[in-house]
Amino acid sequence: MLTGNRNMSIKKLDRKALGRLIDGLIAANRNVIGVKAKGDRFAFGKLDSADELRLDYDVTLLPPRKYFQPQVETLLTFKVSDGYKPVDDSAEMILVGVHPYDMVAINQMDTIFSQDQCDKHYVMRRQKATIIACDVVNASKNVFASEMGTAVVREGYDVLLTDIGDSFVAEAATEKGEALLALAKGAADANKADLQKREQVWARNKAALGRHKLGCKPSDLPKLLEKAYGHAVWEEKAETCYSCGSCNQVCPTCYCFDVQDRLNWDLQSGQRNRVWDGCLLEQFAVVAGNHNFRKKRADRFRHRLYRKGMYVPAKIGGQIACVGCGRCVGACIPDIANPVAVYNRILEDIKL
Amino acid sequence: MIECSCDKNSKDIYLPELATIKKRRMMNGTELYMQLELDASPLVYKPGQFVEVSVAGVGEAPISISSSPTQKGFFELVVRNAGNVTKKLHQMSQGDKVGIRGPFGKGYPADEMKGRDLVFVCGGIGLVPQRSFINYVLDNRPDYGEVTILQGTKCFSMRVYREECEQWAHRGDLTFMETVDEAHDCWTGNVGVVTTLIPKIESKLKGAAVFVCGPPVMYKFVLMSLAEAEVPREDVYVNLERRMKCGVGKCGHCQINHHYVCQDGPVYNYAALGTAPEAI
Repeated sequence: MLTGNRNMSIKKLDRKALGRLIDGLIAANRNVIGVKAKGDRFAFGKLDSADELRLDYDVTLLPPRKYFQPQVETLLTFKVSDGYKPVDDSAEMILVGVHPYDMVAINQMDTIFSQDQCDKHYVMRRQKATIIACDVVNASKNVFASEMGTAVVREGYDVLLTDIGDSFVAEAATEKGEALLALAKGAADANKADLQKREQVWARNKAALGRHKLGCKPSDLPKLLEKAYGHAVWEEKAETCYSCGSCNQVCPTCYCFDVQDRLNWDLQSGQRNRVWDGCLLEQFAVVAGNHNFRKKRADRFRHRLYRKGMYVPAKIGGQIACVGCGRCVGACIPDIANPVAVYNRILEDIKL
Repeated sequence: MIECSCDKNSKDIYLPELATIKKRRMMNGTELYMQLELDASPLVYKPGQFVEVSVAGVGEAPISISSSPTQKGFFELVVRNAGNVTKKLHQMSQGDKVGIRGPFGKGYPADEMKGRDLVFVCGGIGLVPQRSFINYVLDNRPDYGEVTILQGTKCFSMRVYREECEQWAHRGDLTFMETVDEAHDCWTGNVGVVTTLIPKIESKLKGAAVFVCGPPVMYKFVLMSLAEAEVPREDVYVNLERRMKCGVGKCGHCQINHHYVCQDGPVYNYAALGTAPEAI
């Protein structure tokens, strides 16, 4: 999709110019968060200098959703005698280096948290973020975004960076993005050749980000799952499942949470915190009286995949709630979390 | 995409309002009856909805509202001492404050049921949420047909709402039958699980809507009895509780397959649940 239909800037920035832009934002205290090396892996973290930014990364340990739904987030404070006060500690930030599949996940989370009864805490954080997405340079070991239609994304971000070899194409998609690009003084507009190179990157990624091949179209997954509730695969996989919740933890579309009160030492004041939770964990569906509505590991394992392939899509207009990032495949110690392997196993027995 | 127009002044769905405990008394060894009202303005709710009750520093628990909205001046909760929050509630006194969020859930189909004969099958403290609709029906008596209430309790000393059950047993405009699982010297009524009462009301079941509420283990047996009595599935409603945490369809804990109990429950039509194998 070439330019023109948005009336927004598309610039060409060489590496030094991008570095200057990022350093300028850091110097202006704009709270710049980007992908940094963490040992031989990568993670999002606060940037002290543009040198730390690694836009050639393959995948981060945790998805960027931790900035919109923190692992531990204070929702309210309270005084036992006085009642509750809401907390809003959202802050402006610039998030640099979000891959397309993670951007798709953020778009899905935007819908989930703002629909029906709107979650103000998520929305405040999200509205204060400027997202600079970037196209994938190096495919990770387990990515299957190509299979899920998330290798390339064209909405949700403020700026999209595409590495075309000697430089980046930087396209603004919103006013916030436009204002950001305006800070790259003297940057030329991208020309036709640059944009063609960008198209080639997209075409390359759409083909290359498919380490695991899905045996059906993603849009067929709800239909497949309708027939697969009693299939043997759930028991097969869950036999070696640790119920550790690692798959939940690293997933960009997992958002289930628990809410816990913390009382301060004065026994009078404290906080009500929201914390990440995971449906694979044994206690997830336990109620008072110790009845567990999802006691079997196979049931919990199945529930997660049904959320991704069927239940959540129904809430977000049909898009499959798995973006093919491959993090669960890497995180799962007994190697049973690969959604593609599960769906393909079902397809061995069930025809669509 | 963000679908709302929230700003920093918008309502926070996780913020409890303060309510005062106006009255409290133990119903038996484990259940506490409370009358509460919100400090700001009366709680507006429908029969069958629940609230999230907060005890600052301890946490928040979902509790079904036991009163009918036709009851003005306060709403009623019955709380079993079963965990940290409920234990703390049991220690609280008249005049103490708790946090309340809600009401949540869809509740009973009160309007749809007008003109219908109604049967309530209650197991133990399953009576507590059912009473919200029972009293609504009794306060709008001419709008509904025959009313039959079956109450089964594990043992004599665990019964709840004893005085009210006595009154129901003596009202001319409803049928009330009670049973306890275990015989007791003080008990001269029926002995046996609640399903033993179902054959006794066969004539009442014909054409009636049946509402079932009780401990998880009970549903299978009651539904089998109702099937034997040829009650069509679409006439049966089950009140399903799960671990409601946020109450607003976000945290995922209360899911029954694709249903969020806090959003489209806790009262479900049994026929409509056909595609939710986790339900019963």
